[in-house]
Amino acid sequence: MGSIRLENVSKSFGEAQVISALDLDIEDGAFVVFVGPSGCGKSTLLRLIAGLEDVSGGRILIDGKDVTTTPPARRRLAMVFQSYALYPHMSVRGNIAFPLKMAGAGREEIERKVKDAARILNLEEYLDRKPRQLSGGQRQRVAIGRAIVREPTAFLFDEPLSNLDAALRVAMRLEITQLHQKLKRTMIYVTHDQVEAMTMADKIVVLNGGRIEQVGSPLELYRNPRNLFVAGFIGSPRMNFIDGAEAKKLGAATIGIRPEHLRLSATEGLWKGRVDVAEHLGSDTFLHIEMDGIGPLTARIGGEFPVRVGDTVHVTPEDGKIHRFDEKGLAL
Amino acid sequence: MATLHTRASARLMMTPAVVLLLAWMIVPLGMTLYFSLLRYNLLMPGMEEWTGLDNYTYFLTDPAFTAALVNTLLLVGGVLLITVVGGLLLALMLDQPFWGSGLVRLLVIAPFFVMPTVSALVWKNMLMHPVNGLFAWLARLFGLRPVDWFADLPLFSIILIVAWQWLPFATLILLTALQSLDEEQKEAAEMDGAGAASRFIYIVLPHLARAITVVILIETIFLLSVFAEILVTTNGGPGVQTTTITYLVYMQALLQFDVGGASAGGIIAVILANIVAIFLIRLIGRNLDR
Repeated sequence: MGSIRLENVSKSFGEAQVISALDLDIEDGAFVVFVGPSGCGKSTLLRLIAGLEDVSGGRILIDGKDVTTTPPARRRLAMVFQSYALYPHMSVRGNIAFPLKMAGAGREEIERKVKDAARILNLEEYLDRKPRQLSGGQRQRVAIGRAIVREPTAFLFDEPLSNLDAALRVAMRLEITQLHQKLKRTMIYVTHDQVEAMTMADKIVVLNGGRIEQVGSPLELYRNPRNLFVAGFIGSPRMNFIDGAEAKKLGAATIGIRPEHLRLSATEGLWKGRVDVAEHLGSDTFLHIEMDGIGPLTARIGGEFPVRVGDTVHVTPEDGKIHRFDEKGLAL
Repeated sequence: MATLHTRASARLMMTPAVVLLLAWMIVPLGMTLYFSLLRYNLLMPGMEEWTGLDNYTYFLTDPAFTAALVNTLLLVGGVLLITVVGGLLLALMLDQPFWGSGLVRLLVIAPFFVMPTVSALVWKNMLMHPVNGLFAWLARLFGLRPVDWFADLPLFSIILIVAWQWLPFATLILLTALQSLDEEQKEAAEMDGAGAASRFIYIVLPHLARAITVVILIETIFLLSVFAEILVTTNGGPGVQTTTITYLVYMQALLQFDVGGASAGGIIAVILANIVAIFLIRLIGRNLDR
């Protein structure tokens, strides 16, 4: 009941084309993440689906019904904003009840649904507080509560975690994923953080410059990036790119190798280099190595690997883990 | 910033300003209090004598006093009503993007720059004049009998003039408040199914509560002392229909040369202003502690 289909959708603000004609299918119940660098049009795309912006061309279908010109309130979607956009003068109860009140629900129904939402989101003790008396994570939950009481066909999240600190972000990430499993509704989630995308999504849509670069499951994108952009964007630390003579040996303009697919040895290997910086994370160590004739590479190795800055190391890529790209940046 | 040394020198530096401001207030207030207890008429110089509270008794039992009090409250209340409601509507309009909005904003602010005497005279002679005025001409155009504004609706005319002067102030304050409303909040309300009217009532109006409070408080302070508009248009008349407390004090002092009575009136005006202020702060001032 919550499938969303974009047909040839484009958007421009005056001269500037923000989104160039794109097609996208989102199945009912899927958790789809739009990810891309800032300015790639991912938030605009979400706002087009929400109806907060008018499309410049193309059609938007929800449940097979054309909603291109339907006002946002009647698309049966709920949105969680980056700033939470809570109503500051209303209590938590008032905030969560607002959409129900606007829909003309009865007092008992409102009371019951607000209670349910508060229970799901652990907000029961805070119902009578004002938003300014809440912490960031609690505000986030209120915003989600306001979204779920409407029982929308799909949820839209616009970078909801970017105002939270790192620890809370990880916790909320988990909560949203659990919420998705509990509610089994379509969710579209916009973020610039590829870790959020990888951990939460059923399906990732990588956007760049208003264009879809690739659509696929997290592991699909990780294993088979279609071009240089996706290869560089998905995965942390970033994939190493090598061009020039080494790439030519493999018949490509550029080759890419992920830091976790490099084998290190003190004595022998394909390439030789000097350790520039070592970042010890405990479980892992990230080494920034200046390779002879290739340039800087990042390698991810076990946390206990005995290496110090200035050491000479030998690096060998794992078999079959090298990605090859042509001159246009497309995968071969 | 907060060491003992800097605090002491800060106090030292501020002393002249504080002393000056204090003297500026205390000296006139003290002199007014003192004069209000004297029988002091400029027509009989050198004959001042102590009369106790007689001046107060005369001022409060003056038949014009009750009328002046009612007129003052009507004037303040009427102007507040027109400027807040009108200012709200204008601010909502100016918040919309439209062609030439910059020019329109400038024009809306313009009345605030016109001197009270000048604007009152313009209204009196060019707009509300029963023979030569624009309103009279308009009325005749539609075959109606022109309204003789200052004879038939004197207080209402003055309320109109003063409201016209203060409308830009209200508009400006409310417009800036309106522009500080988070766009995402409006969008969230839109997603939540609130129509334009609901958005205004539930989102915009509560957001503006504070700005409206500021407008009401500041305007009240200035409106209690409206004077020039009355002087150049109606002179408090016909009868006492447009006499306010401020104008009554002026008549005591400068038409009847009764400095003692005028001082008593001045002190009563101060007390009334404080009652109004306390009332307002109680009523709406809690909007300010956020």
